[in-house]
Amino acid sequence: MTERFPGYDVLSKRSTPSWNQQTRTVIDARLATNPEAHAFFDSVEWETLKAICARIIPQPADRQHPVPLAAMVDEKITTGATDGYRDARVPPMGEAWRRGLGALDAEAMARHQRSFGQLGAAEADGLLSAAQQGFLTDPAWDGLCAELFFKQRIIPDIVGAYYAHPTAWSEIGFGGPAAPRGYVRTDFDRRDPWEASEARPGREAVALRENQRVGRS
Amino acid sequence: MSDAADQIRATNGRAPDVLRVGGWTTMRQYPDDEEVDFVIVGAGAGGGTLACRLAEHGFSVVALDAGPYWRPLEDFASDERHQSKLYWTDERIVDGEDPLQLGANNSGQSVGGSTVHFAMVSLRFRPEWFKARTKLGYGADWPLDWREMWRYYREVEQTLKISGPITYPWGPKRPRYPYRPHQLNAAAQVLAQGAEATGIKWTTTPLATLSAPRGLAHPCVYRGMCVIGCATNAKQSVLVTWLPRALAAGAEIRDLAMAGRIEHDTRGRATGVRYHRDGLWRFQKARNVVVAGYAIETPRLLLNSASPRFPDGLANSSGLVGKNLMVQSNQAVWGMHEREIRSYKGPPSLALTEHWNYDDAKDFFGGYCFMSQGTLPTVAAGIHAKRGLWGQRLVDEMQRYNHQVGVKMVGECLPQERNRVTLADETDRFGLPVARVTYSYCDNDKRMIEHALAAMRQNLAAAGVGELFDETDDTCHLNGTARMGDNARDSVVDADCRSWDIPNLWVCDGSVFPTCGGVNPSLTIQAIACRTADRIKALAARGEL
Repeated sequence: MTERFPGYDVLSKRSTPSWNQQTRTVIDARLATNPEAHAFFDSVEWETLKAICARIIPQPADRQHPVPLAAMVDEKITTGATDGYRDARVPPMGEAWRRGLGALDAEAMARHQRSFGQLGAAEADGLLSAAQQGFLTDPAWDGLCAELFFKQRIIPDIVGAYYAHPTAWSEIGFGGPAAPRGYVRTDFDRRDPWEASEARPGREAVALRENQRVGRS
Repeated sequence: MSDAADQIRATNGRAPDVLRVGGWTTMRQYPDDEEVDFVIVGAGAGGGTLACRLAEHGFSVVALDAGPYWRPLEDFASDERHQSKLYWTDERIVDGEDPLQLGANNSGQSVGGSTVHFAMVSLRFRPEWFKARTKLGYGADWPLDWREMWRYYREVEQTLKISGPITYPWGPKRPRYPYRPHQLNAAAQVLAQGAEATGIKWTTTPLATLSAPRGLAHPCVYRGMCVIGCATNAKQSVLVTWLPRALAAGAEIRDLAMAGRIEHDTRGRATGVRYHRDGLWRFQKARNVVVAGYAIETPRLLLNSASPRFPDGLANSSGLVGKNLMVQSNQAVWGMHEREIRSYKGPPSLALTEHWNYDDAKDFFGGYCFMSQGTLPTVAAGIHAKRGLWGQRLVDEMQRYNHQVGVKMVGECLPQERNRVTLADETDRFGLPVARVTYSYCDNDKRMIEHALAAMRQNLAAAGVGELFDETDDTCHLNGTARMGDNARDSVVDADCRSWDIPNLWVCDGSVFPTCGGVNPSLTIQAIACRTADRIKALAARGEL
């Protein structure tokens, strides 16, 4: 349930002609991800990664099943799902993550005398901002440029994981899987009955009603 | 249903019938030690098309492709993350002043190549581009005549049943497109409104996706996931068009077959290709070898085939193999519309303007077109992240996803020898040195990008789009690295895509482009492949192969 698309759940379409079997298989596996599963990161790195994920994509506190961002990052590394290119200045995916997490933790210790995972939101955001702008130079970075780590690993790996999850699709009103049915109405302000309805001011009740009908086949 | 990602499907005398669920089609097969007329490395826009036309001309053909043989109706999910299986994601190192991002929008690893996930935009070159140096003062001339190319464009447009306008607004008169244009989605209407308001022409985009039934394939259902693979076969990719014809004409297609090296004899003639398949290194004998791996894998294979006789790699006496890599710049302007756009519906680029490809009163060489855009969620989020948004600001901005709208350029970057593909020290899973891709924009490229960003901002503003922002660092298609030309000193292959150095070694893909034009290259690559097949037939008839 989100305010902008009340009652819209992309998963309600799972049994409709908008989802083919291959999509069901793929999304079922994603939904079954254990949020604590990590094969690549050790327990210290894991806490740091989870803390970073929580700041890059803050999720509602009352969300029953938050998108398991850290586990999706770990899975990307363990399955070797490379991007297709690697900046010559940045080590391979796993190595970059390991070094970058260690360095952010070291920066947290130096600046706040606590591990990154124990920082408050503002402190964590301050460090991430500094990384984004390339201001962090603790020796723990060991030649890895903080700005590139932020731009080429933190952002694509975490943001890419979040918006690949049905929970995010429902949050933004994306139609989600669409084969074989596809769409019919493509003009301005037109929606098919199996698309999200936006709760513009004054039509919240209409949107809720329409969104509850989305999964009818 | 097992996934094709690591399972050979084209074997035992049959290949997938991609138009039927669970279907198979008969495939002729050749033993490795039988010297076939042509072994082609890569079955995408260049190699797949060429395999079809050579087989139809009666030659024996084996096409190797590093990627799997997908069955789109069964294998393709509506999911960006999963469908990255279509991209060439093996490691490549990027450097230069403007390091490229490779993979999703410029490299495919599938039988059918990147046409399996291309955006289907099927445009002809402006005629003058074939003589860019002589007529427009930049780059290099092509050894091809535009009138001949236009006949081949027509052949490809008919083969792919391109949907497009009755009258195309730019360039010499051309016949109407085979299939009617698609309906404009809201994102395309925004571009059209902006163009009308600023007094420049626009058109519905000629697209390789069906607007009417064709055989077993249905019209496009506007699912909007074209760039992650069409799951209904409306998209007229090489996989569903040229390759079924190639199989019917007797070509063999070997999926999951990674070429490692081209061998040659003591006279310096190519003898075949060493390739890896099913856990073994094998060698296919051939009278002719065609390299069609696109602008990175083609030079990589030629360089990896260096020998005592050819220490700098094959076909490289000019020193130009790997050089003159050209990207097309792919900057965009985005903004928010008051009304719902929902750009995820329909093909991503339903409207475009080539205005700036045909206007020569600019302060830079080359041209560009720009198109309406459809963005899926991870791409849309990536655009916001690139302008620095993360945390709650990003989450909030993405709540307006259905209102986001933009236009994106395909711009002609100039050939520069410093932009190149070389071999890195690292090796891949086959033990082959990986490609190092070096790229830097030149001043002309930067002036073009500034011009395009201003034009795109103007277009969106005139259509009433607010909160505009630029996406400044994206690139798309790759070309160059084995350019064609008039002589052996300044080019790697001749007009027939035949290498100057080794008469039975050919290159047939976007690598041969001397310049890249301001339009998507796939139609031109396929037109060149059709022409090359006809030229090979003519040369063979004269005993000149």
